[in-house]
Amino acid sequence: MRAVRKPLIAIPSQTVGPYLHIGLDTEPLHGRMYGPETPGERLVLRIRVTDGAGNPVPDALIELWQADAAGEYVGRPDHDNPDPGHSFRGWGRRATNDDGWCEFETIRPGATTAPDGRRLSSHISVCLFARGLLRHLFTRIYFEDDPTLADDPVLALVPEDRRATLVARRDGDAWIFPLRLQGAGETVFFDL
Amino acid sequence: MEDPQRKARTVSDRDPNLAGSQPPLLYPPYQSTVLRAPERPLIHLPSDYSDLTQPVYGHLPIGATDNDLTRQCPGGEPQGERIIVAGRVVDEDGRPQPNVLIEIWQANAAGRYRHVNDNHPAPLDPYFLGAGRVVTDSEGRYQFTTIKPGAYPWRNHPNAWRPAHIHFSIFGRSFQTRLVTQMYFPGDPLMAFDPMLTSLPDEKVRQRLVSRLDMNLTQPEWALGYIFDIVLRGDSATPFEERV
Ligand SMILES: [Fe+2]
Repeated sequence: MRAVRKPLIAIPSQTVGPYLHIGLDTEPLHGRMYGPETPGERLVLRIRVTDGAGNPVPDALIELWQADAAGEYVGRPDHDNPDPGHSFRGWGRRATNDDGWCEFETIRPGATTAPDGRRLSSHISVCLFARGLLRHLFTRIYFEDDPTLADDPVLALVPEDRRATLVARRDGDAWIFPLRLQGAGETVFFDL
Repeated sequence: MEDPQRKARTVSDRDPNLAGSQPPLLYPPYQSTVLRAPERPLIHLPSDYSDLTQPVYGHLPIGATDNDLTRQCPGGEPQGERIIVAGRVVDEDGRPQPNVLIEIWQANAAGRYRHVNDNHPAPLDPYFLGAGRVVTDSEGRYQFTTIKPGAYPWRNHPNAWRPAHIHFSIFGRSFQTRLVTQMYFPGDPLMAFDPMLTSLPDEKVRQRLVSRLDMNLTQPEWALGYIFDIVLRGDSATPFEERV
């Protein structure tokens, strides 16, 4: 038999629990992801987390990860950051309030190009933590007025009747994204 | 009310090869999972489409006492047993993970969190905030000084108590390697009754979350030392054989 070096195994995840704010919700500015000189269309993104009974989840933490307006990730070593103050880093974090809402101020990401050359529609990656989640969950936010959604290779992996759960809708001056953990209209979650 | 056991059979886990090495999403003995665990299968996202670039986490510069929770309050030190917690962050191939941000939070020695929702009638400690941060060095090493947290009650089931633990949040190379977990202490008899730990059916897997007393790390006349080594997920190319 071929000898295979056995890799180490990642340690298990555990819930953030109800007191996550002590360690993780320490910097309100993590909800505002751009600076005065960051290029791109500003947007307000409101996310509401609800459980299987439709009740708000008041103790969730959401982290966002997104490209800049040109569709580049700031962390890439070959990317020349166009933001003079380097205020935009593509990453944000907010805890939900008593009614399950949290709000981010960010910029609209540009469409990105995957390593295989496919074009990925403008999207924001979401990582969700909460009491009752023994592991965190991943999902994505798309924008309803984006005419390219029908060509996005990730949305194509999602059953058609569930794709709408990944699309934020515009409501006045804000984008609204309901995040339903369980049951009717359950948000699509991804295994990365 | 739906029968939680029926739900347990319909929940889907992540990659089946990970089953056992990570907790399930639905685990009815931990009651909060029942209405919060998704019921629909997770959809596998190929790594090409997963935005695996390394985020710049935007953490503020680490302050001088961020890794010493016993020196964060002018005028005094917290009550309790002073301890040192240290370890190494590596990936599943054993490669050290430098420049990784670790955030911790915990209860005080009496088992009370400095949090508006913690009503446990145990005293707050005026000299203990309960949160710390550190960034791993070039060899993936980190170290905190803190006090040993107390056990505390919760309302999951009658007479439920959490074993002593420290919450850890760890950023690796990408969104994919993000990890939030809890570190436990060796020999704690409450671990056997804790649904967060029993959600992991294999004792060998549970032991990955239990620190070990180390007499080299222990400082004479000063503090006990506990080692907690952290293995983060590898990239998508890591083989998934024999995961448990
Ligand atoms: Fe805790």
